[in-house]
Amino acid sequence: MSTADINQKHPLDLDQARVSIKKPEMRFDTQGDLTDQERVDTAMRNFVKDFGAVAATYMEACVHCGHCAEACHFYVQTQDPKYTPIWKLEPFKQAYKREAGPFAWFYRALNLKRKVTTAELEAWQELIYDSCTMCGRCSLICPMGIDIATLVGMARHGMFQAGLVPHELWAVAERAEREGSPLGATADVFEDRVEWMGDEHEVEMNIDLDQADVMVTLSSIEIQKYPKSMADLAKVMNHLGLSWTFRTDGYEATNFGMLSGNSAWQRNTSMKIIDAAIKIGAKTVILPECGHAYGALRWQGANVYGKPLPFQVRHISEFLAEAAREGKLKLNKVDRTVTFHDPCQVSRRGGATQAPRDVISALGLEMRETQDHGDYNWCCGGGGGVITIHRADPIRYKSFEIKMQQIDATGADLMVTSCSNCRQNFDDSQQHFQWDRKMESLLELVADNLIEDQA
Amino acid sequence: MTLLEFARGPGLQWSLVILTVGMLWRLVGILALKHKSDFAEPRARGTAVVSGAVKTLFTRMVYAKPFRTQTTLPNVLSYVFHIGLAIVVFGFGPHILFIRDLTGLSWPNLPSGMIYLTGVITLGALVAVLVRRMTHPVLRLLSNFDDYFSWLVTVLPIATGLLAVAHLGARYETLLALHILSVELLFVWLPFGKLGHAFLVFVSRATTGALFARRGAAT
Repeated sequence: MSTADINQKHPLDLDQARVSIKKPEMRFDTQGDLTDQERVDTAMRNFVKDFGAVAATYMEACVHCGHCAEACHFYVQTQDPKYTPIWKLEPFKQAYKREAGPFAWFYRALNLKRKVTTAELEAWQELIYDSCTMCGRCSLICPMGIDIATLVGMARHGMFQAGLVPHELWAVAERAEREGSPLGATADVFEDRVEWMGDEHEVEMNIDLDQADVMVTLSSIEIQKYPKSMADLAKVMNHLGLSWTFRTDGYEATNFGMLSGNSAWQRNTSMKIIDAAIKIGAKTVILPECGHAYGALRWQGANVYGKPLPFQVRHISEFLAEAAREGKLKLNKVDRTVTFHDPCQVSRRGGATQAPRDVISALGLEMRETQDHGDYNWCCGGGGGVITIHRADPIRYKSFEIKMQQIDATGADLMVTSCSNCRQNFDDSQQHFQWDRKMESLLELVADNLIEDQA
Repeated sequence: MTLLEFARGPGLQWSLVILTVGMLWRLVGILALKHKSDFAEPRARGTAVVSGAVKTLFTRMVYAKPFRTQTTLPNVLSYVFHIGLAIVVFGFGPHILFIRDLTGLSWPNLPSGMIYLTGVITLGALVAVLVRRMTHPVLRLLSNFDDYFSWLVTVLPIATGLLAVAHLGARYETLLALHILSVELLFVWLPFGKLGHAFLVFVSRATTGALFARRGAAT
C-alpha cells in the first residue's frame, strides 16, 4: 500500500479541538509499500536490533500470572483482557522465542511458537500504541520484575520500521522531524511567541544568547497551547539571577521520534538540544513540564550522544525544588490545599517524585495526596502519544475516570501537575466530562507567587 | 533393568544433566548478550545500585500496597503451593535420604503426618490455581501449552507421591518408580519453559532493581 493517498483516506484533523472529534471507525493504519511478509520481518528485525541481556531476561521471565492487568488503567477500566500489559507484547514474545531466544531451535522444532503474521501485527497496533502510555505502573506490580514499558518502547521500534503506526501519531512525528516541532512551533513561530509573551507579561526574555550557564527548553504543547509558561520560565530564571537563554536551534524537548518508535528521528531531536547546549557552554539544560521529554533527554540523551553529556539535565520541577531548598526562590505562601498528579515519566520512571512535593511545600500549600500517588500514581491515560491517536479517545476517557474519582476524593482546592501533556489531557477530558476542575501547572504556580525584589 | 532401577539410575542421571546443561544454556544465552553501557548521569551510584538490586529480590515477594487487594487470592495460593512444595521436598524423611545418597548432605526430617497433610494442601492449591487459570479471562488469554504442561509436571510428583505413600493404585515399587520418573520429567522440562523462573526470578528482579535504583526510581 502506498502512502501517497493516506491523508485523503484518513483525513487529519489535528488542529481541531480534541473534544469535537467523533469516534472514527476502527482501522489499522499502514505506511510505506512493504509486502505483508516484509512488514513482519522488518518489525521483528528492528525489535530485536537493540536486544541486549536486559530485554532478553524480560522476555524469558514472564510466568503468565496476569497481575500486570490489575496495574493498567486500560484493563482496569474496561476489564478487556486484551489490554493486559504483557499481552500487548505477545507477537514479539512469540517471535523472540521462535527466532532469537536460547531455545529457538526447540520452539521451532516442536512448533510451540507459530510464525507471527502481518494480520496479528496490525491487530496489535491498537495494543502497542492506542492502549499503552508506557507509564510503567505494570512494571512495579510484576513479581518477576519485568519492565514491560521498556519492552513496549522496543516493540514500537519494530512497528515504526514496518510502517504500522497509527496514522495521527505517525503524521505528528513526521512533522516534528520535518519542521523541528510536532505542533507547528517552528523556530520562527517560537521566536515570535517568546517575544509576544515577553511583551504581554513584561518580562525580560533571553533568546539565542551566545553563552549561558542554563539553557531552557520547552514542550511544543506549551509553546502553542500554554504560552504563558515561556514567560513563567523567564520570570523564574530572572528571579534567580541566572545566566540563561532559550535557543531557536534547540528548544523543542518533546520527542515524537521516541514515542512513535523511530530511533533516527529520536536522535535528531535530542541532538539539536545537545548541540545547542554544547555550543553555548551550558552547564545545565532545563527540561520543560513534559513527562516523556524527561525520559528522552535525562535518561536516553547521553546514550543517543554515545557518551556522558557535558552538562546536567534537570526537569523544571527538580530545578525549582533545588532552588527552593537552597533558599534562592522567594515565594509567597499560598493558603490553599492542593493535590498533585505525578507525570509517570518524571516520577515513577524518572525518580524525581519528591521534587514537586518540595516545591509545593515551599509554596506553603497543604498537600492532599490521592489514594494512589507518587510512584504508584495512576497515569492520566494521555501519555506515550495516546492523546494524538483519535480512535483511542473512548478508552482514554474511560481510563481518565480513575483520575477524576481519586482527585475528587482528596477534596483539595487545587490540582497541579508538571507535565503539559498531562495538562492537555486533563483539559480535554475536563471538557468531555464537564468536570468542574482545572489542571494547573506547578511552574505557573511558582511564577505567579514569586516575591520580586523591590530594591 | 526394572522401571525402578531405571528411574533411580540412568533416568535420574540424565534428567539432572538435562536440567543443569539446559538451564546453563538458557542463562548463558541470555546473559552473554550485549550489556549496553548507560551514559546517563546516575542519580544513585555503586552500592546504592547494588542494594537496589538486592532489595528488589525481596520487595517483589510482597505486592506494594496499592496492588494488594487485587492480588491477595492468587498471591496466597502461590505462597501455599511454593512453600508446600518446599516442605514436602526438603522435610520428608525418604526425600532427605535420597538427597543424602546423592549429595552427602542431610538434615532432620519433619513428621510424616505433617508432610502428607502439606502434600494434600499443596495439591489443593495447585488445583485452585489451575481452575483460576482456566476461568479468569486474563489468564485464559495469556495461557499456552507451557502454562498447562508446567502445571502438569509440577502436580504429577505430588500426586504420585501421595499415591505411593498411600499404596494406592499399583504395586509400591511401580508407584515409587512413577514418582521418581515424574520428578525427572519436571527436571527435564524445567529449563525449557516457565518453570525456569526458579532461576530467572533472581536475574530479572535484580536487573530491574539495579536499573531503577540507578535512576532513583521506585523499585
